[in-house]
Amino acid sequence: MRKINFGNLFLVTAIVMLLSGLVFGVLAAIIYIAPDFLKNSLGFISLRPLHVSSALLWIFLGATGSVYNGIRIVTKKEVSNPVAFTQWLLWMIAIIGIFTSYFTHQFGGREYWEFNPVWALPIAIAWILFFINFYKHIYKVRNWPVYMWMWFTGLVFFFFSFSENYLWLFPVIREHFVTDMTIQWKVNGSLVGAWNQLIYGTAFFLMDRISGTKDVGKNNLAFAMYFLGLFNLMFNWGHHIYTLPTENYIRYIGYAVSMTEWIFFAKIIYNWKKSVSDIQKHYHYFPYRFLMASDIWVFINIGQASLLSIPAINIYTHGTHITVAHAMGTTIGINSMILLAACFEFLKPELYRTAKPSRSINFAFWMLQISLVILFLSLNIAGFKKGIWQLTEEQSSYSVMMQSLQPYFISFLIAGIGLMISFSIFAGKLLKQARKSILLSHIN
Amino acid sequence: MKFKPRHTFLLLSSLFLLYSFSIYLHPLRVADDNRYDKELASEGRLVWQKYNCQSCHQFYGLGGYLGPDLTNFMSKPGRGEPFLKAMVNSGIKQMPAFSLTDVEIHELAEFLKATDASGSADPRSFKANNFGMIEHNEHEKN
Repeated sequence: MRKINFGNLFLVTAIVMLLSGLVFGVLAAIIYIAPDFLKNSLGFISLRPLHVSSALLWIFLGATGSVYNGIRIVTKKEVSNPVAFTQWLLWMIAIIGIFTSYFTHQFGGREYWEFNPVWALPIAIAWILFFINFYKHIYKVRNWPVYMWMWFTGLVFFFFSFSENYLWLFPVIREHFVTDMTIQWKVNGSLVGAWNQLIYGTAFFLMDRISGTKDVGKNNLAFAMYFLGLFNLMFNWGHHIYTLPTENYIRYIGYAVSMTEWIFFAKIIYNWKKSVSDIQKHYHYFPYRFLMASDIWVFINIGQASLLSIPAINIYTHGTHITVAHAMGTTIGINSMILLAACFEFLKPELYRTAKPSRSINFAFWMLQISLVILFLSLNIAGFKKGIWQLTEEQSSYSVMMQSLQPYFISFLIAGIGLMISFSIFAGKLLKQARKSILLSHIN
Repeated sequence: MKFKPRHTFLLLSSLFLLYSFSIYLHPLRVADDNRYDKELASEGRLVWQKYNCQSCHQFYGLGGYLGPDLTNFMSKPGRGEPFLKAMVNSGIKQMPAFSLTDVEIHELAEFLKATDASGSADPRSFKANNFGMIEHNEHEKN
């Protein structure tokens, strides 16, 4: 019997989720322009969660696949056992349940997790199995490089925040609206931090492999940045709720900790020259191209996020599409770029280590970047206009304001279609070898 | 002394747990608000989730971006439970007509009373202090 590479099985499943997220995202965006589109069938109330959950599943499953491939390479042992298979099966059960709920309008959960809480159970159990498998493989490794710490952190804090996400099931929490909202946005902030740890850990791992020096993940600066990231995961989420009348210490802690993100921004500027030289050196190595793109998007998004975390600026942007621009800019520009780098590295290594990328794939790469720039700008301009409306003394009606944003929603939709096409080209290339990459496992 | 990542990780995690529990215990530190029935409001929160209202609407600028913020819906002129019922049952623009029961409408209205009682979400009522933090008179309500 042939062995299964579970890392690649998760990556292939993640790519299918990515495709699903793109289709539902474009359908949901059409509703901004054509209000009656699918209104009495799926409607925005189903399409938005279908889009968001698919995108999140792409990130979680992609991160799982990357971590499994990473520990397989580090320990030179296959992650091929019933635990990983059960974990994958539980995700499949959850995905079928979640999608069925959305298609049949059976909601009941919170924003980003709108499904009935019963489907959170297989996810939670799958995550415990993931942790067991991870720890079983790496507990003998001494002096963990930073990416292993990041994976460990992501695993632990995802589970903690995911469980915390269901505290609303207790009436005592639900009865206190402000506490409930505070916990909800604490969870959302920390969950993003947790999956960023899994994905940035993967980026460190890939850099170690590409550079061949094996020291990217062991130097003191890497650890300092890791702990700064962890510190932000734990305490910066207060910047989401400056306007919520929660306790002041929560808002001030969120503000103060968020300001430490300027250190990441300064580091990127400090390393700029080296980054440019690395880009020139590795440009034709395709996985690296995505890491390069993610670096640029980190720069743009951290710069924006650091500004938005200043409450006096945040009041102008909060509740507007600028927040959406930031969320989509980070999930597409950073998370998805790193995951695509991992997919190309792990699913198609034999092709992209030696050959220069084909014209079609070069085209898709640049189409993706340009589409993302247009999407990012469209949302930012729409958000800016809404921000001005929010602070105007004599406001026009909400629907008049939304109508005035139509040109930006149209360019947003066009950019979304561009993203769907370019991501689909990559997905097609990667999925063509899916069976082979799952069944043939090389330890390299 | 050699740097041990494990120690820093444990220290930060302990602080995080303390911080988390201080937030979980917040309900013990606040008095009940008699402007709404908290048990009905708690059920209303479930109605809000059951019909996925959060997909389009916001509270305090948090939520969907298609429809308006509903934090202070109940205190706007001419609004109230009958208006809510009419709006929900007929739909408008992208919002389809929902068929909520009278009990669900009542619970949802009570929940919206709770959000309204928590403070004002209008960005125009905030101003920045010397530290760049925004302050709001309504904070005294909580």
